[in-house]
Amino acid sequence: MHGVLAVDQPDLFYARQQMAFSLGAHIVLACIGMSVPFLVVLAEWKGQRTGDLVYATLARRWAKVMGVLFAVGAVSGTILSFEFGILWPRWMGRFGDVMGLPFAIEGFAFFLEAIFIGIYLYGWDRLPPRVHLWAGVPIGIAGVASAFFVVAANGWMNDPTGFTLDASGNVTHVNPWSALFNSALWPEAIHMILAAFIVGGCLVAMPYGWAMLRGRRTRYVRVGLLLPLTVAMLAAPLQVVAGDWAARHVAQHQPTKLAAMEGLYETTKGAPYHLGGVYVDNKVKGGIPVPDLLSILAFHDPNAVVTGLAAVPSADRPPVNVVRTAFQLMVAIGTAMLGLGLWMLVAWRRRRSIPRSRWFPRVVVLAGPASVVALECGWVTTEVGRQPWIVWQVMRVRDAVTDAPNIRFGYYLLLVVYAFMAVFTVVVLRRLVRAPLPAELGGPGEPGEET
Amino acid sequence: MNLPDVCAAVMFVGIILYALLAGADFGAGFWDLVAGSDEHGEPTRALIQESIAPVWEANHVWLIFVLVTLWTAFPTAFAPIMSTLYVPLTLAAVGIILRGAAFAFRKEAVTHPLRRLFGVTFASSSVLTPFMLGAVVGGIASGRVPVGEQTGDALRSWLNPTSMLGGVMAVVVCAFLAAVYLTADADRRGRQQLVLAFRRRAIGSAVVAGVVALVGVFVLKHDAPDLFHGLTHRGAPLIVFSAGAGTATLVLLARAKYAWARISAALAVVAVLGGWATGQYPYMLERSLRISDAAGAHATLVAILVVLGVGSAFLVPALVWLFVLMQRGVLAGEP
Ligand code: HDD
Ligand code: HEM
Ligand code: HEM
Repeated sequence: MHGVLAVDQPDLFYARQQMAFSLGAHIVLACIGMSVPFLVVLAEWKGQRTGDLVYATLARRWAKVMGVLFAVGAVSGTILSFEFGILWPRWMGRFGDVMGLPFAIEGFAFFLEAIFIGIYLYGWDRLPPRVHLWAGVPIGIAGVASAFFVVAANGWMNDPTGFTLDASGNVTHVNPWSALFNSALWPEAIHMILAAFIVGGCLVAMPYGWAMLRGRRTRYVRVGLLLPLTVAMLAAPLQVVAGDWAARHVAQHQPTKLAAMEGLYETTKGAPYHLGGVYVDNKVKGGIPVPDLLSILAFHDPNAVVTGLAAVPSADRPPVNVVRTAFQLMVAIGTAMLGLGLWMLVAWRRRRSIPRSRWFPRVVVLAGPASVVALECGWVTTEVGRQPWIVWQVMRVRDAVTDAPNIRFGYYLLLVVYAFMAVFTVVVLRRLVRAPLPAELGGPGEPGEET
Repeated sequence: MNLPDVCAAVMFVGIILYALLAGADFGAGFWDLVAGSDEHGEPTRALIQESIAPVWEANHVWLIFVLVTLWTAFPTAFAPIMSTLYVPLTLAAVGIILRGAAFAFRKEAVTHPLRRLFGVTFASSSVLTPFMLGAVVGGIASGRVPVGEQTGDALRSWLNPTSMLGGVMAVVVCAFLAAVYLTADADRRGRQQLVLAFRRRAIGSAVVAGVVALVGVFVLKHDAPDLFHGLTHRGAPLIVFSAGAGTATLVLLARAKYAWARISAALAVVAVLGGWATGQYPYMLERSLRISDAAGAHATLVAILVVLGVGSAFLVPALVWLFVLMQRGVLAGEP
């Protein structure tokens, strides 16, 4: 067991739930923290250049929301740092010096983000306009940088490099730089950063879609919808390409995860891909098979051999249906987003306007939650697909968990605290949304922003 | 100094800055809590809001800095600290969430009951967090975190005299720092009544800190003899210096030299922390783990220092700009 012994941790299940839950909450806020600063700066820039009150107002309203969500995002991230040690001390104790470096770099990105958000929010109308605009730029850049580095750590868990294990399982020859630049880094990081722009763009556009559904099509509403949604729809086609890249990486480095994503039991040449269905008795039941598609996705070759789940003992396989369903949902939503982008493009080329159909605002309202679902599903694919390993084929989750007693109570406490936070985040955001608009833009009662 | 010592020193600078900057933000929460009824406390709360809103997030990152440096450079110490002291650490983390979220919410809340709910949450979690972090330090400093197969006692590692001392001391010191800083802030903004109020609070909390320290001597003597020995020998000059700086702060406050009082108050706190560090050196975990044994791979320590150097080139100018804008009163706008 490589020098560490599994402890009997009756609360292992809760430790995993707690980790998954708090990561799942953080990632939504993190995506907003990466993309919304760019949207705000873009709107402010347009406003300054054109003197257009619509853009200036949008920038202010989005900035207020960003301020609240940034605070919640920062504290939710802090919890994660604690949890790494509290829940998985034997992982951190053994590999902290191998995979810690990206976090140390990320720390500096957090500093810059927090400093500039303070300057940007509280320097509004106080700093000269150009200085103020530029003070907003580092926020988003630092946000993207922090995502890059934290994903580097996650990439390392998927493709551990930068060390060797000696005969008794001790970690030697540590090279933190090659651990940082593991092979999973680029596909994962780029896919993640694109996801952030999709999620942020769709969420910001959502309330304006809602306003349109209620019959308000003022210019303010149209611009508020179009600007963020365009950003998201520019990222959507790139996301499909990046997703394909990620899938090919998984096929090479984590064949068992790929097999779980499809539900492929036997190693197969020219493996099919099933749309829908469930995995029972080592087969996919009820799905629509597309011949050779898995081989094409994974290796860009219809005749490629795809390794099946049977290649590893059953104790080393992840829960197939969870991974499979999550992956299918992500891909379905990603494809649908591509469709939405095309629809907008066609309407724009025909009439220079957003689609007139009554269905369009409905789809926009749906796109917000759908993007979040895709995001969470992607992470479930990655993380649950790695099971039972915390570090791919090097350390198992049960060897990493703490041996401290009763950790489930920490999880319960966290659930209560997050419930408090979620409820009041909604309350506060609703208040911000309902704040009256300047009279020139149609007076009080118009929606601003909601997430 | 060898490489592990350098890394430990860097981390310790992070602890000091967290105490001086974020500590004062927590202390401000304490004064918010005891500011009295809504109307009566309104000017106090407004000053606190203005003084910490633009900076608390940046100040908070020092904690992240310390955590990631600890786990990257000293993984062998990080693991037992976190697994033994997980109860106070979880409570500190909960305090951090509640404080940050409630503070951000309060600013945007308009209805009275909500403002009050967020205010109370913000203020009480501002007390909870430093108390728990102080208790963690007490557990480490009194040698209650073992290394190796056995995890330390989940309760006795922090429910003990030294931890309680650490917790109380942390709360008092935060309150003291905040009162001194806020006196100067109120002075800069020309709010005379608040100047007087915070000066009174600063002096009061300095006296309390002195009393707690005196009691602490006896507590440590019985409960943490190794630390006591270190503090009274190698750490003695620093402890004396701290007492001197504390007294000087009182004098400076009385003479209305508030900017100087800020500096001497900060020095007093730095010296206490320095006393703890020198008292415990060369141990990272008192009695059980030396700094050199806690350190991770050589290549990683080098990498950390490289990152630190490069990172500081970005961080320091940005931080300076933030504090300059803050001092000039520029950061009082709103989107
Ligand atoms: C808006 C969100 C979103 C959308 C539309 C997509 N993805 Fe995704 N996907 C994510 C958001 C995401 C993510 C950010 O949640 C993940 C988790 C880990 C990562 O790097 O990105 C992810 C992971 C992830 C992985 C696993 C990577 C690993 O385990 O290392 C694969 C194979 C794909 N995606 C493939 C796709 C494909 C083929 C898509 C398009 C059709 C797609 N994703 C759309
Ligand atoms: C923010 C987006 C992320 C989400 C939504 C997410 C989701 C999850 C989920 C669902 C699990 C539970 C897996 C299981 O037990 O079946 C998990 C486990 C875990 N994740 Fe992630 N993850 C995210 C990012 C990361 C990153 C960036 C890291 C590290 C750098 C990480 C580290 C871990 C660890 C240490 C565990 C526990 C051990 C394990 O179960 O493998 N996660 N995560
Ligand atoms: C892929 C997953 C992750 C992404 C993309 C991500 C990204 C971000 C971003 C953009 C922020 C800025 C704050 C905000 O927007 O509200 C943030 C905050 C933070 N994150 Fe994450 N994060 C991820 C996972 C993690 C993990 C696994 C940890 C810890 C182990 C972590 C620790 C933190 C901390 C400590 C903060 C607060 C920084 C501050 O105080 O400003 N994050 N994260």
